[in-house]
Amino acid sequence: MATTGHEGDTARSAPLPKSTIRRHRLATRLTHWAWAAALFFLLMSGLQIFNAHPELYLGQQSGFDFDNSVFSIVPIRDGNGDVRGRTTVLGHSFDTTGVLGVSGPEEGRDYRAFPAWMTIPSYQDLASGRVVHFFFAWIFAAVYAAWLVTSLINGHLRRDVLPGWGDIRTLPRTLIEHLCFRFDHSGRYNSLQKLTYAVVLLLLFPLMILTGLTMSPGMNAAWPWLLDLFGGRQTARTIHFVVMLLLVGFFVVHLFMVFAAGPINEMRSMITGRYRVDSRDEEGRVS
Amino acid sequence: MNRLLVSRRHFLRGAATALSAAPLAGCDALDPLLAGGDPVRGMIASANTLTYRVQRLLIPADRLAPEFSESEIRQGQRPNGSTDPTDPAYLALKDGAFADYRLSVSGLVERPISLTLDNLRNMPSRTQITRHDCVEGWSCIARWTGVPLAQVLAAAQVRSGARYVVFHCFDEMSLGLSGSTAYYESIDMIDARHPQTILAYGLNGSALPVSNGAPLRLRVERQLGYKMAKYIRAIEVVSDLSPFGRGRGGYWEDLGYDWYAGI
Repeated sequence: MATTGHEGDTARSAPLPKSTIRRHRLATRLTHWAWAAALFFLLMSGLQIFNAHPELYLGQQSGFDFDNSVFSIVPIRDGNGDVRGRTTVLGHSFDTTGVLGVSGPEEGRDYRAFPAWMTIPSYQDLASGRVVHFFFAWIFAAVYAAWLVTSLINGHLRRDVLPGWGDIRTLPRTLIEHLCFRFDHSGRYNSLQKLTYAVVLLLLFPLMILTGLTMSPGMNAAWPWLLDLFGGRQTARTIHFVVMLLLVGFFVVHLFMVFAAGPINEMRSMITGRYRVDSRDEEGRVS
Repeated sequence: MNRLLVSRRHFLRGAATALSAAPLAGCDALDPLLAGGDPVRGMIASANTLTYRVQRLLIPADRLAPEFSESEIRQGQRPNGSTDPTDPAYLALKDGAFADYRLSVSGLVERPISLTLDNLRNMPSRTQITRHDCVEGWSCIARWTGVPLAQVLAAAQVRSGARYVVFHCFDEMSLGLSGSTAYYESIDMIDARHPQTILAYGLNGSALPVSNGAPLRLRVERQLGYKMAKYIRAIEVVSDLSPFGRGRGGYWEDLGYDWYAGI
């Protein structure tokens, strides 16, 4: 089946014959959107939970009489009597008034780490944040287990995600092409995509689940090796937070790439599975 | 075909608009769904029952929580929640250095008993260096000494049909506009009979201070801090939690926190 004369396409050179391929399997599309929804709720309820004690530490415990803090967001009163939001990263402090520490309208300031618009629920409520977080944590983990099993069986993992030697060889070239905003539309993942998805799916996702479990006192009894693996409950909490930042970073780049590569085509491929390819690319790029 | 593409484009444009509007509006649109009593809240909160069942399957009943070495006690135990109860009965006991304190054990037991602090101290004791995890997210390592709850329950002879142990406390807690209520908590029989579940009267080698729950507090090492009732007045063995408070098994549970706090 062929679609021609798609109006979103400008005729850069000679008009190329277009064809659509089946790019994403149903399993890929379903898990993609289930994760997207679950991660949205996990992120915002997670920031709500962080707000209950907006400080991160290294080790087993939180230093109150000693200092093992690596990150904090607190409202503090400055010399003029104004309350400012102060974010401290590894001993370096930044004034983040308006977003972190102190937020909301001038006439009714909120003194909280992450602002109302970033959390679920919007008001401070640790209990509800936890209820939402654990519900979607189960969904996230269940979808991950289903994806892992399906991808091992249908070859998605080996063929599309795990980078091979060929991908490592083409990595520098792909990197340069991306920096020049030249994207191929062959329908197959390039080496940079494979590497990114491998890191997200096979490193960050499991890391998120395992550091989450390490914070559970029940799981500490079941699997005490988790504490040894991550270097203590508070370190696990810190890693959980850092992986969140990495996933947010991935999301920003991911969205940017979707728009840069053609949002209609990319969105369609993740909804219906159909993806339009340049026939020239199928035969090998001319560059 | 073209018509299909256009309608798809319209759909995508609509979806994009909806998605971009969500952060602007904040997510307070979801707030009503999370209020106590809303069916959506009830549905997602049932994930806690799943967590409870799975952890009970996964974790052997007597599996111990991690214990730590002396060198890992690096600070005093951080007090949290009530730190200085003002209930008259409690103040009278405190003035007398808790000499007149009696722990009542009742409910589904063959032999309801009343124990003094000396009675408790003369029972077999257990000392453990464990990590206290507050639901807020912080942790603190300390050494706790007390009598295993299993010993006290054995002395009172628990009857069949017992499913939970309820802890009634001296400290009054606010219920917002609805006034106040005494703190209470509950655990199941598996945690009640767990070797590390103790009624603690000692902390870091000294008598338990008032700020940490004197004269007697609970330690349930495989759950979060709010399960570990302080200022315990009485213990009641029951088959049903619905008669207490708002029926959810504890002061914080009545305010929306999960009953099972192993996570």
